[in-house]
Amino acid sequence: MTMAATLLAQEEGANPLIPHTYELVVGIFSFLVVLFVVGRILVPRIQKTLAERTDAIEGGIKRAEEAQAQAQVLQQEYRDQLAEARQEAARLREEAREQAAQIKAELREEAQAEARRLVEAAHAQIEADRQAAFAQLRAEIGRLSTDLAGRIVGESLEDEARQSRIVDRFLDELESSNAQAVR
Amino acid sequence: MNALTVLLAPAGDQFGAPTPEELFNLPPIIPGVYWFTKPVLLAMLSAVLVIGVTWAAFAKPKLVPRGVQNAVELGYMFVRDQVARPFLGKDADRWMGLLVSVFFLVLVWNLMGVVPVLQFPVASHIAFPAVLALVIYGLKVYLGIKHQGGVGYFKNMMFPPGLPKPIYFLLAPIEFLSNMIIAPFTHAVRLFANMFAGHMLLAFFSMVGFWFLFEKLTPLGAPVGVVGVVMTILLTGLEIFIQYLQAFLFAMLAAMYIGGSLHPEH
Repeated sequence: MTMAATLLAQEEGANPLIPHTYELVVGIFSFLVVLFVVGRILVPRIQKTLAERTDAIEGGIKRAEEAQAQAQVLQQEYRDQLAEARQEAARLREEAREQAAQIKAELREEAQAEARRLVEAAHAQIEADRQAAFAQLRAEIGRLSTDLAGRIVGESLEDEARQSRIVDRFLDELESSNAQAVR
Repeated sequence: MNALTVLLAPAGDQFGAPTPEELFNLPPIIPGVYWFTKPVLLAMLSAVLVIGVTWAAFAKPKLVPRGVQNAVELGYMFVRDQVARPFLGKDADRWMGLLVSVFFLVLVWNLMGVVPVLQFPVASHIAFPAVLALVIYGLKVYLGIKHQGGVGYFKNMMFPPGLPKPIYFLLAPIEFLSNMIIAPFTHAVRLFANMFAGHMLLAFFSMVGFWFLFEKLTPLGAPVGVVGVVMTILLTGLEIFIQYLQAFLFAMLAAMYIGGSLHPEH
């Protein structure tokens, strides 16, 4: 109220709504200088910096994402390799086990064969010994029998041919009758 | 007002509220140089201050801001996000130079009103807001004619589509008047009047405090002086807010006018 009244009262003196010319000049001049320095020179600089900052932040995020993806790929690779290695190890173990079993079987086979061979050899030896003993016995028995027979019969049986013929016949009989018993 | 002062002040020397004449019609600082007054000095100082601070902040901007760059960037972001982008959309960046200059300059002009010792809002002299409003007005009309065509600009302004025909007889002159004459006038006067009234209020209450507590200290007058001081402090706070708000509004209206000229469908 008071203000309006005083405004009206001083209409002639200095109406605050009428601009001073020199103030207009100073105003436009100072504004243009500010507009040139701030608006033309400085604002583009900060805009560039802000854009760079955005770029840097987004670039950083992108780089981090890339690194993460890379790490994941690497991890997957390692995991695959590990699985592969485990499989390989299992396979090798299996193979070794098989091989061991095979070797064991072979060795057993060999041992058995060896044992059989030894037994057979022993059998053969025994047989041979038996045969030898038998042959010796036959000769001995022949001589003893002829001696005995000669003494009993009293007749010389020195004649070689006859003697051996009699002995052989005797032994053959003996052998056929005793074959089972010997075996 | 006069009755109150008569009651409280001792006879003979009575309190007189400051008049606009003595508050705003300031003598030249150097006698003889008639144009070099306080507002002119402060306007120059404001321009230097805006340029200096902005230069310190943005001359060699860092990717990671420090110190003054941080602070001025805050102002820049405010203009960009609250003023430019809402009204200019994707054209915002192209007009940031103008809008930042306008906002910072008006803000400093206004804040001069509460800086101790200086204590004079530059924008309370109509010439300064008028110059800015005129520049914006010229830009608005130029951009409107450039982007919408000479006929199209006035057609879009005065005949917005989708209204019954008779309305246009009423609407067309009103729209023309409001856009071409009233808008630039209110643009300048809104800022001017706010600063003018704010300065008067502060001057009045500080005068009350000074008068009743220092010049003529009386038992009856002292409480009035205290009220004056308290009100001065409170109103200074309010004034800072209004000074900032008016700078924001001024820049916002500038962005709105530019946006309206670029895109008529706004």
